[in-house]
Amino acid sequence: MALESIGSTAVDSPEWTESLLRLLTLADYNSRIVVLGTMLLGCAAGVVGSFTLLRKRALVGDAISHAMLPGLGLAFLLATLAGGDGKFLPTLFAGAATSGLIGALTILVLRSTWRLSEDAAFGIVLSVFFGAGVALLGVIQSLEAGHAAGLEGFIYGKTASLSWGDLLAIAAAAVVALLACMIWFKELTLLCFDSAYAETQGYSTWWLDGLHMSLVVIITITGMQAVGLILVIALLVIPAAAARFWTNRLQPQVVISAGIGMAGCFCGSITSALFPDLPAGAVMILACVLLFLFSLLFGMEHGQVWRGIRRWQWQQALLRQHLLRAIYERAEAKSESQNGSIPASVEVSELLAARSWTRARLERLIERAQREGEVTVIGTQVSLSKSGLIQAQRLTHQHRLWELYLITYADVALQQVDRLADDIEHVLEPAVIHELERLLQGRTDAVPKSPHQLPESI
Amino acid sequence: MNPEGPSDVQRVPVTTPATELGNKLPLQVWDLTVAYQRTPVLWDVAFQVPPASLVAVVGPNGAGKSTLLRAILNLIPRTSGRIQVFGNDFELQRRRVAYVPQRESVDWDFPVSVLDVVTMGLYREIGWLWPVRKKHRARALEVLNQVGIADLAHRQISHLSGGQQQRTFLARALAQDADLYLMDEPFAAVDAATELAIIQQLRAMKQRGKTCVVIHHDLQTVPDYFDEVLLLNMRVVANGPIDKVFTPENLQKTYGGRLTLLDEVSTAMRRREKSL
Repeated sequence: MALESIGSTAVDSPEWTESLLRLLTLADYNSRIVVLGTMLLGCAAGVVGSFTLLRKRALVGDAISHAMLPGLGLAFLLATLAGGDGKFLPTLFAGAATSGLIGALTILVLRSTWRLSEDAAFGIVLSVFFGAGVALLGVIQSLEAGHAAGLEGFIYGKTASLSWGDLLAIAAAAVVALLACMIWFKELTLLCFDSAYAETQGYSTWWLDGLHMSLVVIITITGMQAVGLILVIALLVIPAAAARFWTNRLQPQVVISAGIGMAGCFCGSITSALFPDLPAGAVMILACVLLFLFSLLFGMEHGQVWRGIRRWQWQQALLRQHLLRAIYERAEAKSESQNGSIPASVEVSELLAARSWTRARLERLIERAQREGEVTVIGTQVSLSKSGLIQAQRLTHQHRLWELYLITYADVALQQVDRLADDIEHVLEPAVIHELERLLQGRTDAVPKSPHQLPESI
Repeated sequence: MNPEGPSDVQRVPVTTPATELGNKLPLQVWDLTVAYQRTPVLWDVAFQVPPASLVAVVGPNGAGKSTLLRAILNLIPRTSGRIQVFGNDFELQRRRVAYVPQRESVDWDFPVSVLDVVTMGLYREIGWLWPVRKKHRARALEVLNQVGIADLAHRQISHLSGGQQQRTFLARALAQDADLYLMDEPFAAVDAATELAIIQQLRAMKQRGKTCVVIHHDLQTVPDYFDEVLLLNMRVVANGPIDKVFTPENLQKTYGGRLTLLDEVSTAMRRREKSL
């Protein structure tokens, strides 16, 4: 909402389209660096994050990134005290990596030695390290106000002021991460799927987990500049989780995840460049979340919309199957009372008694079945077409087999079998039907007689 | 009657590791003790497995059956004991040993196909950096055919039934073409067709000289399916050929009447651990 209102005011100014054009064509040196840097980061994070998600280590990544803050502060302090440049990136990165690692190890020790539950260990390490970091930054600020300004940038990110050096660092990290994931793709897959089996195959899970965690640390460190250490975990998790809705295979999962990460970072950095008041890191994450929501709804494999549609179609098919069986059973009963002459059709009012459906609903159902060519309607008389009859016979056959099975083997009371068999008849697989036929011998092709009276009215 | 005493344990006399017979045995275990949080789960376990045999590991819940397999495979640290595989240290014989874990041990929503899982058994052979190639896929398909689910090769694993999952795991172990197979409850909650497919596979493997150590729950089928049995309840109750060892008395000792002393000592140790 807020985004839209800002957008609509911005549209009024004439330079707006021009600045968008300049951004999209990457005309400015600065925007080129920002867009390129964040996209590289999004790509690498998407790839590494797929493994993080599948290894179920998202929380560990979060704890590590938060635990990096005190390391940053200490590295800055030490470097300044030693007379160097406190904001020299390599020392800062080394400090951050070290304290992130110490944080991860602390979680391990808390869990194994003091048997603290996992969530408690994460909660404690995350908050204690982050709190210590914030306190340290406060101290630094008060000591030498001028030099320290900018360290906060690591907490929330400072996307707009990414420099050429930062871009190089991100690019190097991305190349390392992508190469490592390519080289050890099989091994990382095995680790995530079945680490115990990997161990029996002679792979060191310590080493592989270490490799994976190092990649997470590398992404986190370089991501701190762009999105800040609080939000960087989102770049690892969200694109990977979104990609899961699109595919059931690992290679496409990794590629799609990288793509979503890149797209999210691209949209986010462009948006934040257009509206300088918006924090770029947060906007990039929000863009990724939008892509995630889109995937959640429309993903090819697990998208909720397709699932809903499939469920609805299944429901409709079930209802129609109920209709067909109801017609068949009524017609069958009639033909028996008329000494076996071919039953022509049944009255709609007769069908109404068969199940607990309203007249309007039943009529809609009949109409739909007619469109599918399963029934023909003449006045108030409904009869099965050829294809409808075949289906109805099959369904009734399955329904009654299951009823007989329940009566014979499961000791179910006669009054209950009809209702119990109602849901089962639609899902019986051919192998099961075959097994049922074998069990209830002599009932192979003909539709068996119904073991109970037809329901008259409900 | 002295059910807790080690003298009561029936087993083929275990020879010292250096003997020539020992060098050929697929699996030998001496004095294996494993403890979780310093509470022992396996006490002084010693047994041996003859070549080309099907061995059932049988015992009640909590008897340490899975722990035994995991300890043999070096997946968990052991407090004491020696293990030899084909007369050598396990680490040196890894390639000749294949593990079929319980199927609940992994997340079946993982984005891989059945064929992908089976080729995992070949990763060591393929080596790092190399991708899975055509010949590996052909081999994986071949073993899938052996266990009767070749038609499911490209199905995503979350769409498998329990029996199909189990066959997938068996195929992964078969692809490895090992000589000793350690299987953790391959028959647990599978359909009749799968049970038949697995037992046929086990017999075919035996024909080829392979050895299988299988955790098994259905006492009824033990004599039909297996040659040897290891009756386990924290310690070895009996070990040897079915006809000699699979007796009502031994089963009574394994299942009936908990091993009171062992149990009490374990509980005492756990209590002590907690109170400290």
